[in-house]
Amino acid sequence: MKVLMFGWEFPPMKSGGLGTACFDLCRGLSRNGVEVVFVVPQLPRGMHSSVVKLIGADQLVKLSEVNTILTPYMTSKEYLEKYEMLDSREKDIYGRTMFAEVERYSKAAALIAERERFDVIHCHDWMTYEAGIIARKVSGRPLVVHIHATEFDRTGGSPNHEISKREYAGLSAADLVVANSHFTKSNVLKHYMVDSGKVKVVHWGIDEANPAYKLKTASPFRKDRVVLFLGRVTLQKGPDYFVRMAERVLQFVPDVKFVFAGSGDMFPRIVSEVAEKGIADKFVFTGFLSGDDVHRAFQMADIYVMPSVSEPFGLVALESLKNNTPVLISRQSGVSEVLSHVFKVDFWDVDEMSNKIVSFLRYSALEHELADNSFREAEKFNLDEPARKCIGCYREVLKW
Amino acid sequence: MVDVCFYFQVHQPYRMKHYSIFQIGKDSNYFDDDKNREVMQKVASKCYLPANKLMLELLERYPEFRVAFSISGTALDQFKEYSPEVLDSFRKIAETGRVEFLDETYYHSLSFLYSKKEFFDQVEKHNLAVRKLFKCSPKVFRNTELIYNNDVAEYAGKMGYKAVLAEGADHILQWRSPNFVYAPKCGGKIKLLLKNYKLSDDIAFRFSDRSWAEFPLTAGKFGQWVSKINGCGVCANLFMDYETFGEHQWADTGIFDFMRALPGEIFSAGNSFKTPSEIVDAHDSVDRLDIPHLVSWADIERDVSAWIGNRMQQSAIARVFAVEDSVKSSGDKRLIEAWRKLTASDHFYYMCTKWFSDGDVHKYFNPYSTPYDSFINLMNVLNDLIIRLGSKPVLGSACAGLSEKANYIKE
Repeated sequence: MKVLMFGWEFPPMKSGGLGTACFDLCRGLSRNGVEVVFVVPQLPRGMHSSVVKLIGADQLVKLSEVNTILTPYMTSKEYLEKYEMLDSREKDIYGRTMFAEVERYSKAAALIAERERFDVIHCHDWMTYEAGIIARKVSGRPLVVHIHATEFDRTGGSPNHEISKREYAGLSAADLVVANSHFTKSNVLKHYMVDSGKVKVVHWGIDEANPAYKLKTASPFRKDRVVLFLGRVTLQKGPDYFVRMAERVLQFVPDVKFVFAGSGDMFPRIVSEVAEKGIADKFVFTGFLSGDDVHRAFQMADIYVMPSVSEPFGLVALESLKNNTPVLISRQSGVSEVLSHVFKVDFWDVDEMSNKIVSFLRYSALEHELADNSFREAEKFNLDEPARKCIGCYREVLKW
Repeated sequence: MVDVCFYFQVHQPYRMKHYSIFQIGKDSNYFDDDKNREVMQKVASKCYLPANKLMLELLERYPEFRVAFSISGTALDQFKEYSPEVLDSFRKIAETGRVEFLDETYYHSLSFLYSKKEFFDQVEKHNLAVRKLFKCSPKVFRNTELIYNNDVAEYAGKMGYKAVLAEGADHILQWRSPNFVYAPKCGGKIKLLLKNYKLSDDIAFRFSDRSWAEFPLTAGKFGQWVSKINGCGVCANLFMDYETFGEHQWADTGIFDFMRALPGEIFSAGNSFKTPSEIVDAHDSVDRLDIPHLVSWADIERDVSAWIGNRMQQSAIARVFAVEDSVKSSGDKRLIEAWRKLTASDHFYYMCTKWFSDGDVHKYFNPYSTPYDSFINLMNVLNDLIIRLGSKPVLGSACAGLSEKANYIKE
């Protein structure tokens, strides 16, 4: 079986969980005998070789390149800012707006679809949906559309209509939709007129044997306990709830450092809030982390907090557990459907979040029991399970 | 002739309300009155009232019919508070003089394992309550969740009981049968009655299980199984939660009809019913059992791991009992009562992590969404109680430099 896959990031070029998710899915698919041609918008020099090396000897995943300055999670405004920085020659190459960029990606992708031979098309999130629709038209092969997050998740309920329009086009054109959680599926059904029968849920797995899990990074903060935020600093991830929780926790437990890892449009607001609350000495801002640094941050922490307002899946929670750091996650997340031995709270319930964190920091019996059970629970996640479920979806649309 | 010995456990704990760190020092009401009322009224209408009505009916119809109850003090108190008609119906049953009431720890606690003094106090309090309410004096003891070892029998013997109940677990019986009367290791007059878990669980757990080979279980069939004991036993000790009737097995499974028909089948086969006291009066013990390790009627393990199997449970219960002396010497009746309600085994059962991911029976009875939430709640309540004691934390030292609000126990 051969899959033409459209994504928009692939490690090490990534800024969020989606690149990791796509990479892991490809590895799982290749392990299970599925060949993948993976189309990304950008392929910086030197990346190609490292990716092939990362994937290993299987040689099944092939990267094709489409020129674009588009990066995932980019807002229209950010795109324009980046565009203005280009010289005039480059401006001719790149599209004037993010949507023009998407169109360029789609057209280039169509060429690839003509050139490559494959059985099924698999697209990841709205920017690739048009590419998928075109590839389907060109090839006549069935289209599986993967939804990792709806525009409603990303924007906290005030969608960009141009984006939600494209999201809808992809979802309705697809022969089958894969949602990464029941949470996402219900958002899809709530916001778009899609037949619920064609939406399948495939929960993400995680690499069970990443050598980075064994880095065993010690905390540099000696006596202080470490509570970690790690994610894009955007409305969707609830960084402001983390700050309010920190303030409350400090009223009970003064010897805590709140490590805040990530960048994003809310970052300036977060820094000034921390300063206003007079708890700046308790915060450590690391900026954006990637690669092994992500794992090091988890390993340093006593507990990871994911207060997302809307988290379609939340692979980071599994990454944290694999790095032996217990987690507190919001109920508004897909990963909360598959984890039992974790703290779960509503993202807005800062008091309950604080209640749990303070207790965790205070009672070693609670800490150890939660930790041991959650690490054991994390063992059930791997790369094969989601890959096999996706293969099941391919078979369904191919009627094999 | 085989004597069927029914003993029904009746218990409801005082469930706690959600109690966060922010309430410590400000809120001395720990229990969820609304929830407790709601549960009690629901179980009363589904189980206690219809089941008591059926028992009365059977007692009227068959002069030889016998059953025994052990009702925890916290259940008795909640009957009074939320469902007095249940208490009335138990009184009517008691008035027949043909049922037996057993003693247990008033608060359905694990005090036997942590404080003998508190254990005596709670059993004594239970004994007084039963005497007062039902005008009879319990002669047989059953420890919380049938938790038993040699020491339990020895203490029960010293307290004057003539029998103690325990689980007839395979590993303690080995080749023996639970259908005889036994003597505990300590000797003396006290005897030991062991639960026939196969026959008991046929009713309590398997009755409505459609995948069970014996489904559907009829009174006639069950009567035959009891008859088979003839020649290799004298009694069939059927010990189970009273909530089996109508709550664990809903009325539409036919559980009430089964029970209604059972005495007729038992009598027509020439067998009969006896209370635990009557059984030990009628039969000598056939062997002395040495049971040094704790057994209970819970889970497949039949041990105490459901309550004190993990570190949260062990730490929490040790901390509860660590403040016993300060609580009692405070002389504050409300505080002592609140503390005693915290000793209920249920609070520690909610913290059980065994099988938690699988969503089994533990989850069904659990008001908390995770065992961790349950631990946090109990510790927060306990911390408030300690602040009310006015004493500096008994369980450990407070963190240096903490504000009064943060007068929190550090592990």
